[in-house]
Amino acid sequence: MPPMSSPHIDVSIEHKRADPEQEMKDHPNTCPSCGSHYRDDELERHLRVCPHCGYHFPVRARERIEQLVDEGTFSEEDADLRSADPLGFFDLKPYTERLAEAELETGLGDAMVIGGARIEERACRLAVMDFKFMGGSMGSVVGEKFVRACESASGAGVPLVSVAASGGARMQEGILALMQLPKTVCAVEELHEAGCALISVMTHPTTGGLLASFASLGDVVVAEPGALMSFAGPRVVQQITREKLPDDFGRAEQNLHFGQIDAIVPRSELRATLGRLLRLFGNVD
Amino acid sequence: MSTEAELPLRERLSKLAGVRLLRGSRLSAETERLQQQLDRLQEEETDEEIWSRVQLARHEDRPYTLDYVERLFDDFFELHGDRGRMDDAAIVTGMGKLAGRTVALIGQQKAREIQERVKRNFGMAYPEGYRKAMRAMELADKHGFPLLTLVDTPGAYPGVAAEQHGQGGAIARSQAVMARVSVPTVTVVIGDGGSGGAVAIALADKVLMQENAMYSVISPEGCASILWRDAEQAPKAAAAFKPDAAHCLQLGVIDGIVPEPAGGAHQDPELAAQLLGEAVEGAFDELDRYEPSELRRARRAKFRAMGVLG
Repeated sequence: MPPMSSPHIDVSIEHKRADPEQEMKDHPNTCPSCGSHYRDDELERHLRVCPHCGYHFPVRARERIEQLVDEGTFSEEDADLRSADPLGFFDLKPYTERLAEAELETGLGDAMVIGGARIEERACRLAVMDFKFMGGSMGSVVGEKFVRACESASGAGVPLVSVAASGGARMQEGILALMQLPKTVCAVEELHEAGCALISVMTHPTTGGLLASFASLGDVVVAEPGALMSFAGPRVVQQITREKLPDDFGRAEQNLHFGQIDAIVPRSELRATLGRLLRLFGNVD
Repeated sequence: MSTEAELPLRERLSKLAGVRLLRGSRLSAETERLQQQLDRLQEEETDEEIWSRVQLARHEDRPYTLDYVERLFDDFFELHGDRGRMDDAAIVTGMGKLAGRTVALIGQQKAREIQERVKRNFGMAYPEGYRKAMRAMELADKHGFPLLTLVDTPGAYPGVAAEQHGQGGAIARSQAVMARVSVPTVTVVIGDGGSGGAVAIALADKVLMQENAMYSVISPEGCASILWRDAEQAPKAAAAFKPDAAHCLQLGVIDGIVPEPAGGAHQDPELAAQLLGEAVEGAFDELDRYEPSELRRARRAKFRAMGVLG
């Protein structure tokens, strides 16, 4: 009998897609924590929190704004800002192509939406990130938008509410992406000197350059349950230190325990919490 | 390289010479060297040249912070500890006389011997290191001492305890203190300018880079393993994000380049220290002309302008 030819053909790729259970798990509306599956309108009605186990699904920037602000009060600013490609960066594809794809996929010019709004009748400015746009990475546009949001807030004498969701600095803009850290830090300093508050909300994930700049500089810092908030990602820490990572490494709960944040606020209470903070900072009833 | 890219570079280089950053007898030789730099830039560095600079920036014989402190400072007194938890040896802080004036110093410290390397944690600071740095910044501000920071780190330490003690927040607050102080501040990247861990102490009025230093958003290896899923592609990653001094100057991220002895700072540490000292003194002399409030305003305005929009 002739030997079987190529007994080790790797069929794992086909198998992965052929496994219906796996496919369900990958579905954006299936809860990765308990496996419950939802229609999109169900999830939206529940603020994208799993009604069964409380898992917080990611929320896109525009939907987040709708969840938080008094209906119809949001007016976007600087929506027309777009990234350039200062390095002519090319990894597996050109940066310009990645930007175009991200815009097509998200309908956003970059990973942050800014503007003015009212929350429980208190005026504020918002800077809300969208993880779907290149992992919420911070390049020149995100940095510039955040600074403009600070300037707009201090111009109007109102607090700035920042909602972060980001993997960190945008590598494709090289050193200019790193410079968005000091740039946004300077803007927070100016905001504070103008007597305005920064309320920072960290959502899953807020890592790298975001945690190492404006997101950590809130007068009050709150996080959503389970949000990963670490300077270095778990994979990097594991690789470099070969340390065994605790299961809740870098999670909001750990950050609260170690004194890095003020509170963990479930999404259903976020709007009311922001309303209360805005009233407190405004020093009114 | 295009003319639009070249013009600001020429402007910066001439301004650099104009502010006497490179003073004294070496002026003509160094101007010539800068001219050579410009000529090289016009040729556009090849991928290999960028990678060889990365290797020089990390060369194990390259002078480290204390090598420069020893040669440039008189009466140096080291300050230890963050007054909270520990003394992080990856960051050296202190005060000493630099060309006759008291200057506060913060510098990241690598080492050569294995035991010393471990003690210095390969130049990778914990949050405690950044808190120690903030102490030195506040000391400088309180007493009106100019602040010099020397950047040389692969990055802030990525460990479990470092995260628990608030690595991200410490880096953010360290920058915030630098944005707040009203004394002249100068940063020189003397080797490895690794990402957030570097920028934590680099929000300065004048940010300079030594000729063969690198300043980058991520290590070439880290970038390669994320974008190409292969750390071996580091030279390719470095060529793509261009961490060398000439490109940083061209992008408006730094204010000047400090020349090194031929072949790199490690070939002649004495001369390297002298050139560094001249550049730092020149920068402080220039900054002395400004009122404290003006310094702070201009510092923030400089960083406000960084970035390129479409």
